[in-house]
Amino acid sequence: MEKRDNIPTRVGFGKGVKEAASRNEKVIGLGADITGSVNMNFFADAFPDRFYSLGIAEQNITGVAAGWALEGFIPVMATYGVFAAMRNTDQIRISLCYNNVHAIIGGAHAGISVGPDGATHQALEDIAIMRSLPNMTVLSPCDATQAEQAVQAAIEEINGPVYIRFGREAVPDFIPKGMNFEIGKGQTLIEGNDLTIIATGHMVWEALQAAELLRKEHINARVLNLHTIKPIDKKAIIKASTETGAIITAEEHQIMGGMGSAVAEILVSEAPCAVEFVGVKDTFGESGQPEELMEKYQLTAKYIVKAAYKALEKKNNERIN
Amino acid sequence: MILSVKELREIAKTIRINVVNALLNAGSGHLGGSLGLTDIFTALYFHELKYDPKNPKWEQRDRFVLSIGHVAPVLYATLAQAGYFSTSELSSLRKLGSMLQGHPAISHNVPGLETTAGSLGQGLSIAVGMALAAKHQKAGHRIFSILGDGELQEGSVWEAAMAAGHYKLDNLRVIVDRNRVQIDGSTEDVMGVEPLVDKWKAFNWNVLECNGNDMSDILKILNEARELEGKPVVIIAHTKMGAGVPEIEGDYKWHGKAPNKEQANSFIKQIKGV
Ligand SMILES: [Mg+2]
Repeated sequence: MEKRDNIPTRVGFGKGVKEAASRNEKVIGLGADITGSVNMNFFADAFPDRFYSLGIAEQNITGVAAGWALEGFIPVMATYGVFAAMRNTDQIRISLCYNNVHAIIGGAHAGISVGPDGATHQALEDIAIMRSLPNMTVLSPCDATQAEQAVQAAIEEINGPVYIRFGREAVPDFIPKGMNFEIGKGQTLIEGNDLTIIATGHMVWEALQAAELLRKEHINARVLNLHTIKPIDKKAIIKASTETGAIITAEEHQIMGGMGSAVAEILVSEAPCAVEFVGVKDTFGESGQPEELMEKYQLTAKYIVKAAYKALEKKNNERIN
Repeated sequence: MILSVKELREIAKTIRINVVNALLNAGSGHLGGSLGLTDIFTALYFHELKYDPKNPKWEQRDRFVLSIGHVAPVLYATLAQAGYFSTSELSSLRKLGSMLQGHPAISHNVPGLETTAGSLGQGLSIAVGMALAAKHQKAGHRIFSILGDGELQEGSVWEAAMAAGHYKLDNLRVIVDRNRVQIDGSTEDVMGVEPLVDKWKAFNWNVLECNGNDMSDILKILNEARELEGKPVVIIAHTKMGAGVPEIEGDYKWHGKAPNKEQANSFIKQIKGV
């Protein structure tokens, strides 16, 4: 896959909200002070009378969102993922999820690639927490094009709470325009039968680079983009296990409880195979340039390749035994 | 139909008796707060609120958001009394398969219930969202919410209060159940919430006070609140936990307790005043 440009996924989110809002006047924006930073300004500028600023008060915003949603509106709130998913977890659990209302939570600045702001602003546990909440849908688009599609689907095709995760940095935009996006259905971006790299968010691009490196070594890696973490695409995961026998998961999130854990839950009970996890290893991040941090925390294509070799070795040993 | 103070007091007695019986059947639950709030629930549902029990989702209804979810028994008994469902349902309170969960849940399809509650400090935010939505649509209905006084220790209540003041949500009416007690004892010992009137004023609210167990005082203050414009209204309702049952009035030990058969009989006699 070729990249067209480098664009932050948050830009796609902002565009998608605005587009969906232009088709549905029930879409309401709730501001948490960092409107421009999470690109909700696209919506706020286009529909100022549907944008309500609520300040730095994530717990209240979440409850207010529930109030709007109970009245039949579709509120969209967005702030940094660390605050959007964790400052207000109880409000998300009770007011949004237990009420099972249609509200969109945008979690920006996900992952370690947030960079210089450091650990307080790098959301690394949001997937684990959000996916454990009943009724919640969890989306993690891989580029700006997909983020734009994902948030529109969240607004137009779902009827419950949705958490959608996106990043800060400009990252490769590569999903072909017009490629079908379906919530709950993973996308096989590269076919291959030696192993499968299941990646989400920014790590999908790294997975594609890893597959390229592996191909030079005559290893055919399948790349599965898991843009929906919940509901998870069981079928594609089981298929990857039975057809390739080795799976590497890659995410900009704690390994503990994240997308890899979600994949492993399926594999262990339905189709065990050799598995390796690429992700953050039970530690906080720190300040640094995004690419320095991705290297230090072993989140680049190179480390996916390493994990691939480990998984292949396990797979081959299992065969010998 | 406008009911007299006397008629409202009779309704309150019936609701109190139904609350005691429901808790007796359930074997657990929160009696003290439920009884303390019965007069206010009665005044709201039989004097103040606009609603249609035959059409619970009627768009022009006033919204009622219970924030202190643990007084679910008085909410359920009031909704039943108002005709949303049969009072016989009350015997299923807290039982497996019942729509009457220990804390109210809309997932269980309770007619007349606007939102789930139970985790303290969330109801006012939901009420603010509903009040903004009403203003946004230029709809005339109002949003009422009941908060506990211990609940005011939750910080998110004040985030919501700030937002309501900021947006001048005069379609929002909040009643604070000022019974001065919470599970660990007196609110002022556990974590003082005073000066309460000044706090709400500082958040740009209109503040009223009443005796929350005196029907004529409650009606007077609700009527007064109706005339206020430009700011949200909070009514600090001074109540007694266990009100209506002299034996347990003001006793915080009845916050989270249900009566046994003997106690229930005695309480019901005291409610009836015989
Ligand atoms: Mg109290």
